[in-house]
Amino acid sequence: MERAFIAVLIMALVTYIPRALPFVAFRKKIKSRFIKSFLQYVPYAVLGALTFPDVFYSTGNLATAVCGTVTALILAFLGKGLVVVAGGAIAVVFLTNFIF
Amino acid sequence: MYKKEEKKKEFVYGFKQGIPIAIGYIPVSFSFGLMAVSAGLPVWLVVFLSLSNVTSAGQFAGTNLILAGGGYLEIALTTFVINIRYMLMSLSLSQKVSDSFTLPQRFLAAFGITDEIFSVASMEKKALTFPFMAGLIIGPVAGWTLGTLLGGLICAARPEAVASAMGIALYGMFIAIIIPPARKSRAVVMIIAISVAISCILRYVPMFSAISSGFRVIIATLIGAGVGAFLFPIKEEEET
Repeated sequence: MERAFIAVLIMALVTYIPRALPFVAFRKKIKSRFIKSFLQYVPYAVLGALTFPDVFYSTGNLATAVCGTVTALILAFLGKGLVVVAGGAIAVVFLTNFIF
Repeated sequence: MYKKEEKKKEFVYGFKQGIPIAIGYIPVSFSFGLMAVSAGLPVWLVVFLSLSNVTSAGQFAGTNLILAGGGYLEIALTTFVINIRYMLMSLSLSQKVSDSFTLPQRFLAAFGITDEIFSVASMEKKALTFPFMAGLIIGPVAGWTLGTLLGGLICAARPEAVASAMGIALYGMFIAIIIPPARKSRAVVMIIAISVAISCILRYVPMFSAISSGFRVIIATLIGAGVGAFLFPIKEEEET
């Protein structure tokens, strides 16, 4: 178990470093308009790439995952909040599980 | 400098913003606890792992390697590569924090930069204060750790249908975060489309099959946000 404990400590360290380094190093405001625009757009690009196509494999069944994803897209398009969108997707995946 | 009451208000506001994330974390960390403990790791170690890592993909991959008997270097490299994307998020947030943020506070708050906390923090209109970040981080970290503990303790079969349905929870949250701004901005629609397209290409074209999921996100983000910044530079008055 000592081996596993050391491995966990290593994992904690290499997870913390990329989080802390830029956050601590860049304390001045960046001036470049391109970089400022880039950083403002990062969240959308990150979340888009994190979600697709991985969301289709998140339930272990492509059909239920597609139904859940479409539900989430519709609810989000209608401006519903985080909990409603995620809850709606879960409910639809749960129900469609019985069909597919 | 600002007053104590104001700090408290910021903390409470941050905490409220973190509640949906904390709830979303519970089923995922629950599954993780269940998986790791049933594979043979002790509950205390798995709970400590969640508390000290607070990340999904990196932690899952690292745990798989521990269980498979991987070496330290392999575990360190795999976890690091999956987590490199945090550098982009951390850099982006470093430009959003208020001047009242001290250096030790930066070291503390950096611990809590997860995909979900980053997305909520980056959608804030105002500059980020330390009490806000502390409030925002504390709930999700607690949810992540508690979920792991519950999963580890129960470590028994759940109905398969419930388990698989929960898998979509966090992706649902991501969708809820990006779609409303996309409705208002053509630039955002295009950036999302580009990064999703790149992500799919890297995932499905056999030539790129060696690229890990962590690098996939980094490459897609660099191209998506880069093209966006080139074609739609923000107007000077939009930034504050």
